[in-house]
Amino acid sequence: MSSAPSQPIGLRLLNQASLILFAAVLLIFGMLSPAFLQPANVLNILLQTSSTGILAVGMTFVLLTAGVDLSVGSIMFVAAAIGGKLALAGWPLPVVLGVMIAIGGVCGCVNGLFITRLAIMAFIVTLATRYFGRGLGLRITETRAMNLPDSFYELGSAKLLGVPLPVLIFGFIVLVAHLILTRTPFGRQIYAVGADLEAARKAGLNPRVILFLVYVICGLCAAVAGIVALSQAPAVSPGFGNNREFMAIAAAVLGGTSLFGGRGAVFPGTVLGAVLIQTIENGLNILNVNPYLYPLIISGVIFIAVLLDAVRSHVLARASRRRIFVEAPV
Amino acid sequence: MIEFQNIEKGFFGVKVLKGVSFAVKPGQTVGIVGENGAGKSTLMNILGGNLPPDSGHMLLGGKPYAPKSPRDAERARVAFIHQELNLFGNLSIAENIFIQNFPRRRTWSPFVAGPQIEERTRRLLAEVQLNRSPATPVEQLSAGEQQLVEIAKALALDAQLIIFDEPTTSLTSRETERLFAIMARLRERGIAMLYISHSLGHVQQLCDEIVVLRDGQVVGTGSKETLPLERMISLMVGREITQLFPRRETRPAPEIALEVKSVSQPGVARNISFQLRRGEVLGLSGLMGSGRSELARILFGLDPCASGEIVLNGESLAGLSPRERIRRGLAFLTEDRRAEGLCLEAAIADNITMVSLPQYSRGWTRAVDRNACRSVVAKMREAVGLTASARDEQPVKTLSGGNQQKVVLAKWLLNQPKVFILDEPTRGIDVGAKHEVYRLINELAGHGAGVLMISSELEELTGMCDRILVMRRGEIRDEIRPDEFDRERILRAALHDGSLV
Repeated sequence: MSSAPSQPIGLRLLNQASLILFAAVLLIFGMLSPAFLQPANVLNILLQTSSTGILAVGMTFVLLTAGVDLSVGSIMFVAAAIGGKLALAGWPLPVVLGVMIAIGGVCGCVNGLFITRLAIMAFIVTLATRYFGRGLGLRITETRAMNLPDSFYELGSAKLLGVPLPVLIFGFIVLVAHLILTRTPFGRQIYAVGADLEAARKAGLNPRVILFLVYVICGLCAAVAGIVALSQAPAVSPGFGNNREFMAIAAAVLGGTSLFGGRGAVFPGTVLGAVLIQTIENGLNILNVNPYLYPLIISGVIFIAVLLDAVRSHVLARASRRRIFVEAPV
Repeated sequence: MIEFQNIEKGFFGVKVLKGVSFAVKPGQTVGIVGENGAGKSTLMNILGGNLPPDSGHMLLGGKPYAPKSPRDAERARVAFIHQELNLFGNLSIAENIFIQNFPRRRTWSPFVAGPQIEERTRRLLAEVQLNRSPATPVEQLSAGEQQLVEIAKALALDAQLIIFDEPTTSLTSRETERLFAIMARLRERGIAMLYISHSLGHVQQLCDEIVVLRDGQVVGTGSKETLPLERMISLMVGREITQLFPRRETRPAPEIALEVKSVSQPGVARNISFQLRRGEVLGLSGLMGSGRSELARILFGLDPCASGEIVLNGESLAGLSPRERIRRGLAFLTEDRRAEGLCLEAAIADNITMVSLPQYSRGWTRAVDRNACRSVVAKMREAVGLTASARDEQPVKTLSGGNQQKVVLAKWLLNQPKVFILDEPTRGIDVGAKHEVYRLINELAGHGAGVLMISSELEELTGMCDRILVMRRGEIRDEIRPDEFDRERILRAALHDGSLV
């Protein structure tokens, strides 16, 4: 049996669609503005990415099982609302952060329990918890913006070896997530469950436990993303975290994660997707483009990425079409 | 090795197993045959831990055995190779083999021992003679290779009992031979095997003992000497089938229903020409991968053809979509019933009316006339002899293979096809249902339709067809008339250019 034939160059390029897109974006902005590629700006981009990036890492776990979590923005909000109340009541910062992370875990448990125990579709469950979480947060904050103590701000501006703490947290979470997904039995079983739930059950896995844990991980990531966001702008407004789930999904999909499960990666995939979105925003900002155009331009880039992916699947399908004989050269 | 004692199981008040008892000795290969719905799968699912029995016991190696999950079965070293392979295409061979119990680097380490599983996989693959790297994603393997991975997985469990459920349906004949060679070696190692199959010839060839199930009961056991083919069949159906292939009373008419004129498509078909007359059953033989199914897809308009012409009842089909070809009276029963022939989750009635639904929509809203549908479904169910116990609203996936195939036939027959292409119409269905399919084909030809029948079973072709075409490597190599029907000649044309193999 021969090994797979070497892929044509066009296909190999298509396989790296998001990487090429990323390079193109860097090149364009780099040419348009000299400030863009300065190390300070690169670090700035990473800083701005960290919150959404952490959210997208959690989302990747869920998407890999062919699920979705629409509630992450609301989880951020609930955790921030309760955390903010506690911080204003004078609780020490480490305890506040611990409580916030625990809230994220609990919210993930609620999602996971509904999805695995009652077998309700993830889309429906998390749509419900999304509205519930938003409502709960508004009730706690009495729909008023809350300014948090300076300790949060100090967290955001802390640095280690010149690297801001939020970027370090982001990097740490990416590292742990990458190792879990690629190296641990649990991670590989996530891919198995995402590829074929019934087959996973027949293979002796416990899909319920795996699905449950995936939503817990996503909830935890949402809480951490909330903390990182607060450390950069220490105020809880009624719109805090709103619609962030879609940014997270966009980042994961841009990084090559399939919504049908079983395909994708945190690194480089999702990280690249998250950084790419932020890079565009940053570049447009430096170029003083009208902010109302941002969504149009970002949606254009997402569209191109998805289009390239569709072209890639199409080319692959054509290349793998069954051939019975090789046409002899005339 | 394993002993079944009076196993009973029912679903929704219907008894599927009515006290099954038999035993398998260590190192023995036991074949289980029976019609679809005889209870084979239910019995194997009980053995594999997918279902609990209502009553009765199992003994494994003399000890009571009552698995609550597939995992329990694996712990007891019972491996189950399902008909639909249970692999993850996105994972590597090595990961598939160790998915439910990855060895760790060290006992306390959270990480998979990558090099160790690669090395163990390499040894297992050598045992099943699969020459692939352990890191190859499973989706890159052929069906036969994937089956070998399943067997390697069973070996990794150090299985003492392996259940094979219809392992040969998607294999080429060469792959089947390789599978049988490996099974012979497993037997030498003392591994007991249960082999479930509808290809009775394979069961005869492989098994030390054969158990015949009918309606949830063991109706006969014996060796291949005491249970010849005819005896097996009559035990399975509970009556003697005097004539496996029903006689057709009508003859082909002179008018041509379908004419194919030098159709070529690079890599798939080369200069294919033939004529199919009204009322004729034309057989299409050839090995798997000879281009039979690909030709059918071209005729139906699913795949393009670079040159040539296809003429249906005097009208050229060039450039027409499958939808437009269906409207002109073409029908196509696909090889893969579950994936392409049916909407498994949808109701029986919805599957039957799927093709002809527009005929039952009324008025300017084009709303479906549900009463008309109901009566036409009832008519079709009777025409194809679908089991009476199934309700119209029941999802098709709950039916046995034979009944599923009858639903597909009903769907197409409702549209009154003028030319019907059948790709492996009796694959994986039981003897009784096969007989019914043959009867329907004859009836259809009797009404003046042309039938193009693709099949890997030579008996079926010689028993049913007016002529047989043999394909090899995308070409028609031979055309055989009934007075010359000869298995050897067909095989020779299929394998090699008329010369000796």
